[in-house]
Amino acid sequence: MQIDRRSFIAGVAAVGTPGLVRAQGAGPIRIGEINSYTAQPAFLKPYRQAWELAQEQINAAGGVLGRKLETTFRDDAGKPEDAVRHAADLATAEKVDIIAGGFLSNVGLALADYANQNKRLYVASEPLADALVWSKGNRYTFRLRPSTYMQAAMLVEEAAKLPAKKWAIVAPNYEYGQSAVKWFKELLKKARPDVEFVAEQFPALGRIDAGATVQALEAAKPEAIFNVTFAVDLANFVRAGNTRGLFEGRQVASMLTGEPEYLDTLGAETPEGWIITGYPHADLQTPEHVKFRDAYKAKYNDYPRLGSVVGYETVQAIAAALAKAGSVDNEKLVDAFEGLKFTSAFGPIEFRKIDHQSTLGAYVGKSAQRNGKGVMVDWSYRDGAKYLPSDDEVRKLRPVIG
Amino acid sequence: MLDLVLTQTLNGLASASSLFLVACGLSIIFGVTRIVNFAHGSLYMLGGYLAFTLVNWLGPADAFGFWGGVVLAVLLTGLVGALIEVAILRRIYQAPELFQLLATFGVVLMLQDIALATWGPEDKLGPRAPGFRSFVILFDSRFPSYELFLIAVGPVVLGLIWFLFHLTRWGVLIRAATQDREMVSALGVNQRLLFTSVFAFGAALAGLGGALQLPREAINLHMDLSMIAEAFVVVVVGGLGSVTGAYLAAVLIGVLHAFGILILPKITLVLVFLVMAVVLIARPHGLLGKAAVEPRGHAGQLFLLRPADRPAKAFGAVALALLILAPLLVPDHLVLTLTDLVIFAVFAASLHLLMGPGGIISFGHAAYFGLGAYGAALAVKWLGASMEPALVFAPVMAGIAGAIFGWFCVRLSGVYLAMLTLAFAQIAWATAFQWVDLTGGDNGILGVWPSGWAVSKPAFYYLALAIAVLVILALRLIIFAPFGYALRAGRDSPLRAEAIGLDVGRLQWAAFVIAALAAGIAGGLFAFSKGSVFPTYMAIPRSVDALLMVLLGGVQTVAGPVVGAFAYMGLNEQLMKATAYWRFILGLSIVLLVVLFPRGLVGTWLFWRARRQSAAQVTAAA
Repeated sequence: MQIDRRSFIAGVAAVGTPGLVRAQGAGPIRIGEINSYTAQPAFLKPYRQAWELAQEQINAAGGVLGRKLETTFRDDAGKPEDAVRHAADLATAEKVDIIAGGFLSNVGLALADYANQNKRLYVASEPLADALVWSKGNRYTFRLRPSTYMQAAMLVEEAAKLPAKKWAIVAPNYEYGQSAVKWFKELLKKARPDVEFVAEQFPALGRIDAGATVQALEAAKPEAIFNVTFAVDLANFVRAGNTRGLFEGRQVASMLTGEPEYLDTLGAETPEGWIITGYPHADLQTPEHVKFRDAYKAKYNDYPRLGSVVGYETVQAIAAALAKAGSVDNEKLVDAFEGLKFTSAFGPIEFRKIDHQSTLGAYVGKSAQRNGKGVMVDWSYRDGAKYLPSDDEVRKLRPVIG
Repeated sequence: MLDLVLTQTLNGLASASSLFLVACGLSIIFGVTRIVNFAHGSLYMLGGYLAFTLVNWLGPADAFGFWGGVVLAVLLTGLVGALIEVAILRRIYQAPELFQLLATFGVVLMLQDIALATWGPEDKLGPRAPGFRSFVILFDSRFPSYELFLIAVGPVVLGLIWFLFHLTRWGVLIRAATQDREMVSALGVNQRLLFTSVFAFGAALAGLGGALQLPREAINLHMDLSMIAEAFVVVVVGGLGSVTGAYLAAVLIGVLHAFGILILPKITLVLVFLVMAVVLIARPHGLLGKAAVEPRGHAGQLFLLRPADRPAKAFGAVALALLILAPLLVPDHLVLTLTDLVIFAVFAASLHLLMGPGGIISFGHAAYFGLGAYGAALAVKWLGASMEPALVFAPVMAGIAGAIFGWFCVRLSGVYLAMLTLAFAQIAWATAFQWVDLTGGDNGILGVWPSGWAVSKPAFYYLALAIAVLVILALRLIIFAPFGYALRAGRDSPLRAEAIGLDVGRLQWAAFVIAALAAGIAGGLFAFSKGSVFPTYMAIPRSVDALLMVLLGGVQTVAGPVVGAFAYMGLNEQLMKATAYWRFILGLSIVLLVVLFPRGLVGTWLFWRARRQSAAQVTAAA
């Protein structure tokens, strides 16, 4: 091994004044990113691509605090215990400055618990569980995406306007599904005391028996349906519903269905006129979004998915917090994240001080087909800040404030 | 109401079809080759993906393009099956039973990454089938005509297989081989060709099952594992090797599932496993199965489990010394990894007591690991216990489950027993998953951290290591105590064991409880090492991990499972860090290890040493 003069001097300086060099050092700022890459590739491949794009852009512009960003990606294969192991490994062996990522709610909760125990900042990008910022919220955890509660609240706003009184429900049988149903029922009952829920189906996640489920819903003769299924369950449910006429003459409010990840799969089966949350990537022409979309297209020759937005903005949030804190010190970063504001591809957002939830919103619109492809029409942006409970209620939901 | 009952029955029959196709291929392969083909679900997935590509390539809209694509996909899947048999399985038929399971698991991992790389991550919704795009009105509701077509496929294929088995020479040979492999080969039948053709045929059936899902369900990367568990259930409920039984079981499960959705919509997770448990308890050989014919010379093939000789003991002592010194020698993150490995070694050793001396294969050993973890976590969460009493609570809870589950399981034998353990594990898993008020559901129980003195990584490592050494030594003591020898007697010859007054059932039951206690200890330690507990701790993949660790290390040595745990989990972790395609490389490594070391790592080492010694003796004598 050869040692040139510059690295020799740097080495001597590092030994002599380690604190100083670490704080101002020319070495990269390291992020450890943990996600279920092999378990959820449809969402996470575009996510990671956009992550790398964001990092490249930031580094091309000179990095943050004069240092470049560098990310080590780890696959948790969908197991929370593996995610925790990676977190510990990234923190101790790889000496990362920040831990981020997470797709599944239970992985997010496990990482948040790790973060709290070890006093390490954790930036949760995707996990939707309400508990992450409320009942299990802690000083070290921040979340980017609109939570289950927020998305349910956005849908309820539209669902309450429908004439339908008899609702049926279909949701995957795990925490996200149960929690979406709980909020939807509670909020809709508040807005419309005259509605009743006539049937509930909870197929196992990824294992829906679509024909029988559709038949069971049909038998209850509802006027409207609240759907929480996504990914392969959604595709199977929609196809079975279409061939059996379940959606004819019925209104449907549906979580996540407007995400390109799922609309792309539905294609020519996409039902018309569902109220959906999602991301109208092709029609969204705000300058911030066009800039993001063009850059993504230029690098990957593909359009961004919702996962891409989440990946991109997680890096932006981290960079903004670093710039605000002026340091990689985790305590300072946590303080910087509280009330952090920056402009995302969806517009300006803020990480709320009160519960560490960002105000990133979602688009709500109707499903439709265009040339045999699923698209979102009549959409509008719902600012996440408007779909969170009042501060007083948040204080009740979150034992740990700040 | 009657209308609903009838349509729901039809729905059940339609979903039963693909299940039957996959299960019947699995059953035929098992009947002839004795291979528990874990990769069968992957072949089903492959059939689906190939059909998606071929149908879209040939023209999804016209009948020729669609059905031509399906047929081609089926043939190609059969070809892949033949390749797997020739390239991998043919080399390890002589290896101990279940080693093939390990190899086919390697294939599962490889095919997962191959499918991801080839077809990309998005789910694929195929076109509807030409000629079956519409619906018929049945009992006032719409029923898709394709579902009617699927309902017909089951009995038609069943009839064709009956025809094939009874009226062709090949079929007769297959039936003969299912009854008595050795006799068939003694009669001069080309066994290699027969095995390859049977494997290809079974693979093609799985491929057909997958291809026929195209107009019905989205093809996705999780089809393999979700199908394989259910297909195993169908095979076992129907009775091993019985094609008609597989059909009956598929229909039973399909229809019950459709009605379960009406009556108890939340029970769908566990329903199939409840059905299996009930059937196996009532009919120990499945609906149409016969008592298994014991393979000839079974007992003679097993190595005798001997206490380690002096060099092996010295080797173990050095390894232990290194483990004790490890925190002084390696950085903190490796101490964390070692903590995991030490815990898994206990888990593997606990399964080994059942598999080695007991001859009992458990597909659901994660239940006791998971229940141990939950025992500890619940003690912390609900009783406010600190780590020390919680760690005692862990084996207690696992042991109670072991006593209950084991009581039912030891009434069965072989694969039936294995599947009943799987059923109990799934029931335990579903309970943890569904009983949200108690367990937090899939969000798990958080905040299960060690007591102050054990928080530091080396401290917890020493705690885990000390407990692990004690548990593993205790297990070793049990294996070489009269109890262990009695257990082995029951394994090698139940009849003779009974004749000399051993109560084989009770011995096995006791082994179950001991193994569960030990696994529970591992689970409790794991809970505190991770700080949280989730239902994934007792999901199927964790049971598979345990099997792999024991098999990879070698069943017939006490050190085997420990070495297997370090080798398999260590490899797993390093690969996950090193590459995005870790599943492919891990799968390939497993396959290579199995082909190169068909006795397990420790078994092979002992075998080599024994051969070298006898060679040396021969030289010395000369």
